[in-house]
Amino acid sequence: MVGITSYGAYIPLYRLSRDEISRFWDTSSIKGERAVSNFDEDSLTMGVEAAIDCLNGVDRELIDGLYFSSTTLPYNGKESASILAAAGDLRRDIFTADFSSSLRAGSSALRAAMSAVKGGVAKRVLVVSSDCRVPAPGSEHESLFGDGAAAFLVGDADVAVAVEESYSITSDFMDIWKLENDTYYRTWEDRFIQSVYTQIVKETVSTLLGESGYTPRDFTKAVFYGPDPRTHAAIARELGFDPKTQVQDPLFSLVGNTGCALAPMMIVAALEEARAGDMILFASYGDGCDAYILRVTDEIEKVRARRGIRGHLESKAMLPGYGSYLRFRNMMEWEYDLRPPDTSSLNLLWRERNQLLRFRGQKCRCCGTIQYPKQYVCVQCQAKGDFDEVRLSDKKGELFSYSMDERAKVLVLPNVLAIVDFEGGGRFSSVMTDRDPKNLKVGMPVELTFRKIHDGSGIHNYYWKCRPVRCQEVA
Amino acid sequence: MESIKDKVAIVGMGCSQFGELWDKDVDDLVIDATEEALADAGVDIKDIQAAWVGSMGRKTGGTIASPLGLQYIPVTRVENACATGYEAIRNAAFGVAAKVYDLVLVVGVEKIKDTGYGGLGPEYRAVKWHPLYESGNTITPPGMYALSATRYFARYGLSPDEGKTMLGKISVKSHHNGARNPRAHLRREVTLEQVVNAPIIAWPLGLYDCCGVTDGAAAAILCRTEGARKFRDDYITIKGIGVSVGPGTGRIRTDYDFTHWEETEYAARQAYEQAGIKNPRKELDLAECHDCFSIAELIAVESLGICEKGQAKADIDSGAWTQEGEIPINLSGGLKSFGHPIGASGCREVYEMYKQIQGKAEYSSRQLKNPKMGLAHNQGGSPGRFQCAVCAIGIP
Repeated sequence: MVGITSYGAYIPLYRLSRDEISRFWDTSSIKGERAVSNFDEDSLTMGVEAAIDCLNGVDRELIDGLYFSSTTLPYNGKESASILAAAGDLRRDIFTADFSSSLRAGSSALRAAMSAVKGGVAKRVLVVSSDCRVPAPGSEHESLFGDGAAAFLVGDADVAVAVEESYSITSDFMDIWKLENDTYYRTWEDRFIQSVYTQIVKETVSTLLGESGYTPRDFTKAVFYGPDPRTHAAIARELGFDPKTQVQDPLFSLVGNTGCALAPMMIVAALEEARAGDMILFASYGDGCDAYILRVTDEIEKVRARRGIRGHLESKAMLPGYGSYLRFRNMMEWEYDLRPPDTSSLNLLWRERNQLLRFRGQKCRCCGTIQYPKQYVCVQCQAKGDFDEVRLSDKKGELFSYSMDERAKVLVLPNVLAIVDFEGGGRFSSVMTDRDPKNLKVGMPVELTFRKIHDGSGIHNYYWKCRPVRCQEVA
Repeated sequence: MESIKDKVAIVGMGCSQFGELWDKDVDDLVIDATEEALADAGVDIKDIQAAWVGSMGRKTGGTIASPLGLQYIPVTRVENACATGYEAIRNAAFGVAAKVYDLVLVVGVEKIKDTGYGGLGPEYRAVKWHPLYESGNTITPPGMYALSATRYFARYGLSPDEGKTMLGKISVKSHHNGARNPRAHLRREVTLEQVVNAPIIAWPLGLYDCCGVTDGAAAAILCRTEGARKFRDDYITIKGIGVSVGPGTGRIRTDYDFTHWEETEYAARQAYEQAGIKNPRKELDLAECHDCFSIAELIAVESLGICEKGQAKADIDSGAWTQEGEIPINLSGGLKSFGHPIGASGCREVYEMYKQIQGKAEYSSRQLKNPKMGLAHNQGGSPGRFQCAVCAIGIP
């Protein structure tokens, strides 16, 4: 039996009230709030967060493959899944691939992972979906879109969600796209889009139900991608699901449309509530439609210690206004800076990849002291070159000291310098993100998060920062 | 191992105007400081047998050979981050003590204010360049020193207001002293209220907790003590030079507390031993210490053993470090108000000692009464990773 054995999700800390967007543009508000990734986040960093949430309690050595899906991959012509695999400190002898160019990319990656496990080429494949779409300022999409990510572990043992049946169709229908040099999204008249969307989803789901002999009444939950709340509600009705009891909330009111991560995130939200024996109908849309019939097993109870959707929804900070959003997305031409630009070195990044991306420190074989960054001479006992590499990215720590630099050359000030002492040893001289400058305290609990530091020398320079622990109730 | 005590004499010193010197370049600063030092010693440049220049960035011996027209003598450029000035003095002192040379020139110089922005540019990075870990654009000197202020407040149970007030009093004193020193960069008194309410540079440090970003140079002429009287009667001798470069593990080891300067303690022990100083607070008449930030002065004074750990606040509140106090600290105005041209600061601190001990402070109002021994402290890097020099000088 092949299916989902673990799940995880990520929603950025920051939310922007849609009233703030409409206030700025002097338009009417669609109400609610949308998730906004921080200035140092992108689809890849959010994907790392979801992956790590999904791998809570899972031995990372057991992962045989990684598929990363996003319509907003940080690089063209360079894979992002491989960077995600490094940040997740996965094995090197695994296969990785990016899935992109479609709202259905998350579902396509999931399907490919299931095929890989079914075909016996892998035991466990991690599937991550993440999107950070930047719509045109003032457009309807600006209020509608949100940022987020989801992750699943697909395997054939300890399956928590079994895939009973599935059916797919492909379609050359165009609903949202970009030309090669476009900054923002293009679309067509909304009534036309809604009409064809409805036809495609209806055809796929009806065929699947017809072939499998299930009826809408047989399902505990129906999880559909929908482009907007109105269209989403309409399709549920047309397919014969009860909007009150059966239809999974599409996250519009508190997160927004997270692109190819939306349907996967909705599945995570559904699984957080699911019990053994529940049946879930899942339909992911984009350039066609994938529909699945999912059955929840007893194993679901072992996949509870996740921040997931619920935990991340509760852990939030409201942005004070639209200006913060503009800054986070770096959407303006800013005041010219006389200071020299950020620079990087690919040679150095490559040389030190284990301590930069994988965030491995060293443990002295003589005295056991954990140290970061890597040393030749042990900082404690002065033994030479006698270390084991240890993963530090999953360590929690305590803020030993901090300062708030108002003059650093970063997009969002103050730049909070943080000295972090890890549980179990080791100290990290770091920068703190997702922080409230008014609520910093020596001794506060912190954890690590994978972020983009700068784009100097034409490279997305990813590295680890610390942040106040989110979702403290989840281990 | 022999002590350097009283082996080397300073027979002439010079110091350029410090400040944002828009109309002076590095050559002008070298010339201003060196000409004054030569005149002070009564020496012709042709008599100089070797020279050392302390400066950061892309410099060489040519940095002083060209403007001074040195004629093919050995010139060495040294650098040890913000502790560069002393490194020049120390190496020159060893050159004459070893009798390889009889008369040498030391110049510390920095021209910072040609960049178009405040603070130090990336060429002033003191650690291994890294685009992510400790990247120059996000990890700044005020940001790093402020970590020590936060930790000092936490360790000694000071509220942010109490902590900022304590540090603010140091800056008020520094500005008071700088205002009375004609060659200082920042010659303006400030009130405690101004200091604590100033814009934040790196919390908890505000504008007035931070030193000036300054152009300037200082120079010295050194010879062996036995030949010093040829040049002048009131020469000054080096009593001890300690230098300590830490392995930089304070940001790696969890047992480093950020509230003391380990390298300063090591360097001070060396200098005190050579100079025979047992009780620095009693035996020293004044000290110039590396106060690039207010918190830097506070911790330096504690780490130099001039004040017990955790007792700085009591000293500051009682005025012990003022001109009239028990031990004047940074009577010149310090790096804070006199200014901090990186490579020049160590030499400039010695200049203050030299003039005070000779009784030749520019204004009699800022002249101490018969000081005999002074201490200068100069360090580069930032908390957890320092290179430090401590030098005791006094009457022979």
